[in-house]
Amino acid sequence: MAPPEAAASAATGTEPSAAPTVLEARGVGKRFPGVVALDDVSFAVRAGETHALVGENGAGKSTLIKVLTGVHRPDGGELLLSGRPVQFARPFEAQQAGISTIYQEVNLVPLMSVARNIFLGREPRTRLGLIDFARMHGEAASLLDGFGVSVDPRRPLHTLGIGTQQMVALARAVSVKAQVVIMDEPTSSLEPREVETLFRVIGDLRRQNIAVVYVSHRMDELYRVCDRVTVLRDGKHIHTGDIADLERVQLVSLMLGREVAEVRRHGVTSFGAEGHDIERKPVLTATGLTRKHQLDQVSLDLHPGEVLGLGGLLGSGRSETAKALAGALPLDAGEIGVDGARIGRPSSARAIRAGISLLPEDRKAEGIVPGLSVRENIVLAALPQLSRGGVVSRGRQDRVVDIFMKRLRIKASSPEQKVGELSGGNQQKVLLARWLCLKPKVLLLDEPTRGIDVGAKAEVQSLIDELAQEGLAVLLISSDIEELIEGSDRIVVLRGGATAGELTGDQVSESALLAALADDSPVHGGHVADPAPDTGAAEPDPHVPAQAGDGKEDPR
Amino acid sequence: MTTPATAAPARGLSRPSGAAWFQEYGVYAAVAALLVFNAVFTEHFLTVDNMRTQLIQVAPVVIVALGMALVIGTEGVDLSVGSAMALAAALLPLYLGYGLVPALVVALLAGAVVGAINGALVSVVGLQPIVATLALFVGGRGIALVMADGQLKQISNQDLLSLGTGSFLGVPLVVLIAAALALAVAFLVHRTTFGRQIVAIGGNRSAAALAGLPVKRVLTGVYILCGVLAALAGILATARLTASDPSSLGNLMELSAITAVVVGGTPLSGGSIRVLGTVVGALLMQLLRATLVKHDLPDSTAQIAQAAIIVVAVYVARERRSR
Amino acid sequence: MKLTTPLLSAGTATPPPPSPEGAPVTEPAGTEVSGRERLASLVQRQGVLAVLLLVVLISSFVYPSFATLDNTRGVTVQASFLAIVALGMTMVIITGGIDLSVGSVFALGGVLAAWASQWGVLPALLVPLVVCGAIGALNGLLIARAGMAPFIVTLASLLGARGLLLAITDEGSTTYLVPKDSAFAELGQGSVWGFGYPILIALALFGAGGLVLQRTSFGQTLFAVGGSSDAATLMGLPVARAKLTVYLLSGLLAGFAGAINAARLSSGVTIIGAGMELDAIAAVVIGGTLLVGGAGSVSGTLWGVLLLAVIQNLINQIGSLNSSYQSVVSGGFLIVVVVTQRYLSRSRRST
Repeated sequence: MAPPEAAASAATGTEPSAAPTVLEARGVGKRFPGVVALDDVSFAVRAGETHALVGENGAGKSTLIKVLTGVHRPDGGELLLSGRPVQFARPFEAQQAGISTIYQEVNLVPLMSVARNIFLGREPRTRLGLIDFARMHGEAASLLDGFGVSVDPRRPLHTLGIGTQQMVALARAVSVKAQVVIMDEPTSSLEPREVETLFRVIGDLRRQNIAVVYVSHRMDELYRVCDRVTVLRDGKHIHTGDIADLERVQLVSLMLGREVAEVRRHGVTSFGAEGHDIERKPVLTATGLTRKHQLDQVSLDLHPGEVLGLGGLLGSGRSETAKALAGALPLDAGEIGVDGARIGRPSSARAIRAGISLLPEDRKAEGIVPGLSVRENIVLAALPQLSRGGVVSRGRQDRVVDIFMKRLRIKASSPEQKVGELSGGNQQKVLLARWLCLKPKVLLLDEPTRGIDVGAKAEVQSLIDELAQEGLAVLLISSDIEELIEGSDRIVVLRGGATAGELTGDQVSESALLAALADDSPVHGGHVADPAPDTGAAEPDPHVPAQAGDGKEDPR
Repeated sequence: MTTPATAAPARGLSRPSGAAWFQEYGVYAAVAALLVFNAVFTEHFLTVDNMRTQLIQVAPVVIVALGMALVIGTEGVDLSVGSAMALAAALLPLYLGYGLVPALVVALLAGAVVGAINGALVSVVGLQPIVATLALFVGGRGIALVMADGQLKQISNQDLLSLGTGSFLGVPLVVLIAAALALAVAFLVHRTTFGRQIVAIGGNRSAAALAGLPVKRVLTGVYILCGVLAALAGILATARLTASDPSSLGNLMELSAITAVVVGGTPLSGGSIRVLGTVVGALLMQLLRATLVKHDLPDSTAQIAQAAIIVVAVYVARERRSR
Repeated sequence: MKLTTPLLSAGTATPPPPSPEGAPVTEPAGTEVSGRERLASLVQRQGVLAVLLLVVLISSFVYPSFATLDNTRGVTVQASFLAIVALGMTMVIITGGIDLSVGSVFALGGVLAAWASQWGVLPALLVPLVVCGAIGALNGLLIARAGMAPFIVTLASLLGARGLLLAITDEGSTTYLVPKDSAFAELGQGSVWGFGYPILIALALFGAGGLVLQRTSFGQTLFAVGGSSDAATLMGLPVARAKLTVYLLSGLLAGFAGAINAARLSSGVTIIGAGMELDAIAAVVIGGTLLVGGAGSVSGTLWGVLLLAVIQNLINQIGSLNSSYQSVVSGGFLIVVVVTQRYLSRSRRST
């Protein structure tokens, strides 16, 4: 096992800035129905450099990667490989051209052996044209050995830990004579020890003059292994430059689109200026929520009349926390209580009965039933209450639907219009109505305004305000930092699946939040000791993240 | 994070494409066209007698297809309906000695048990519906044959026979029963909590689960209903046949039922159940076969036509789904 | 099939040493493979063979007429046709698909072969192969290119193939006969040491099938497609082509099996093949191939077919039982096997 310094020393192996460009995207555009995923984005990687690609959800990173690897074809712009224009019709062609990728979710075949996975599609053959297993296993073993993984290459992949699987994916990606290796959040499922191995491999690649595109949200990793960084936001190219020239806070503010110095308190969002009347006694208490690789001892209280913001970058465990609270994510440990009564063995039905409602992040996959009408989507969860003897009462339904369509100003041709035909904002309001008609005590909102138009966004924001004023306890998750700051009375910050701090009162400000997200100030025990002033960002400190940046220690 | 607004109305809303229209009304248009064709070109087709015969023949298919429509609405399928029919048929003569009602109850219970096993395998064990129902498809008829000792048994119970041959106000009982069941299933689908939950689970299972719907219970219930309806179809078919014939009763019924459902415009991907479409779909296949027979076209042509219609119906549905 | 030379000193085919303490930094997951996991994979791969041997052993003692050479010949010839059909089905199921049309295609192949046998052995083989291959290719096209569900597409071709069969036999009333003592009839009726040619053909096809599946890139692609279609696409494997090919193969094999069967029966019997697809699926699944795809072996399928054949034979031996017991037993086996598979794979997914 190499010491951490190995990667750092490797960084001096070549001088990347002098190296030629291997892979370049020029003015690439890609739109999907209703969304411009990439808008005139240019991106270039040089031989032997490790290039960070960062941005929040919806920034266009994944789309850019898919364009580079031949999964998507760009609508406009061109790709150049070593200066020559190329077009990839299929992932196969990109791989042939020397671009290999490891994905965040291990994209291998679980039931097949390690060696078969590494060599799928390019198996070594005997003279008879049959697969030469002896050679394949030998090569696989020595390849993996180089990664510090000693494992029988005949074992089925699924019998290995996720981290080892990721190493196998890495071995596959590296062994194809790649010129560019793209790594999409490679460390999200790795143990710290495996992360070190990964960094060592990156160092080796660098020495072989292979370019690495590194996608991650973990600041410490970016600063440790990357030479340059490109920031995307809302499908646009925002910044490219040496990562050493950027302070962490600057990088985070580029990702989120907020100027560090420019902290406006009011005006942009539709939240009221005043705080809410918050009751002392919490309605929801969660302690020690733990789930392997996702959550590590998350605890929080939620009071009636309060909007609690849940801050954190992508992959910090925000959505998982919300899902766990709503009973939709099985937990390894932890307790959830509503009004002092513990919910035993959480399930969606139990959580809903206890008064917890979740507006899920993925509206299409987990929220709406697209083929059903607005009316039916609204009453879906409340059907039993709106029925008599199992027969739905149309009158009662219509009354409820009418109330909420008016109150939330849902724009549909009629309550009978299919939800799949509505705009994103109206779909979101329909989902809000579905939960509000259950009269919940706790409302968990996961990205309630993502992907909806400005008008609907303002309406949803003022509604959140209103609901809190009426005494509802609201948990708000948002990547929109302004929304989070102005909407929340209090913010709990998550990092690496663990509670990393809490901002209360005057601390609920952009500078403090940015600092907490960037992990600049030492945050401990639930309180920011000293909200850093705008300029007070410390130098990147390799020691802090090495411990705090990764909550993946096995709880056992 | 301000992502660009996605307020644009979903495509296909204002533009009723040919495929969409075809899926929506194709089956009705086809039946109408067939009737017109026969009115002009086929002698003795649009007569009361012939219509009566066609309706009697289609009734068991309709009843099975109603259950199948519910199952397909949950994104499932039930291959074991033919076996459930055979089981019901095999049990009838064994219990007729105790009277008609106990025999009927036992036969229907058998259907419920078949459905419960299917439902448990799908919802609790988590098997794919095709696999789960395959086992009883294979084994169910075997059990029926074992119980019946592999024999065809004549039925002489007058009450049971009158179920098959009797009529009320000139309409055959079997047709009345099928019609009543169609109405009941339509009511179930559109007006009951259970029905709406079926459709929601088929439309988006994870959303339904997150909304706290009792997914497992609803799924199991759907398969039980399908089994009971199949058993009822088995009883009626036996009554018409005046004999219990577990070796051939309900053979290929799963095919006819799935065809009726799919041709009727219910998508295989779940989330929508078209009860009237299913009934008319069964009618279409029946009339098609009758038309071909009346024009001395052989059975082979009918089967090939049926195959082509299935493929076209599914292809059209696929087009629409992938918009 | 996995007996390649050990290359690593660490855990090979034998259970790896349980204690990682003394070892250097080895794969940590090595300790996570539970006994249950290993048992699971053993049951999956060898369970059916064990059951088959057990059944054969017991019945040899109980029924003296069972373990005779004549009976063995009879059982294996009977089984060889289903085996050939199940071979194609194995490949289809490994890709995560299903082919319900094989029973009809089998019957159609027989009728076509008998009809064409009047012109000699070559037409008798080529005509069914071409027609049945075309049906398989059509299945494959609709599934791989048009993205339709395998189950409904092959259901339709089940009907279509049967319709075609009826059309060329005057609605089933004509039975074409294979000329006596023709080379084609010999193909079905001849034997080596009393073991009919069909057995040898089936064995040869299984050998080739095993080789293709385990030792070629094409075979590996089938496993990858069934194991994770998305991953296979992202790895740049030819997913659509692989799917198309397996349905083509399945059609070819079913038609070929039908042709050989016609040669053996000397006629193109029109009423066979109904329900054969389910026997084939049952044999494949009992043989340990996962119905969701991604894992399986042709050897398991062979044992599965033999197990079904032996059960049928036993039921005939017992005499007092009618043949319907066979489907009860098959159905029972099927439930046990798929539920076991499901729980085994569930224990996997949780790791």
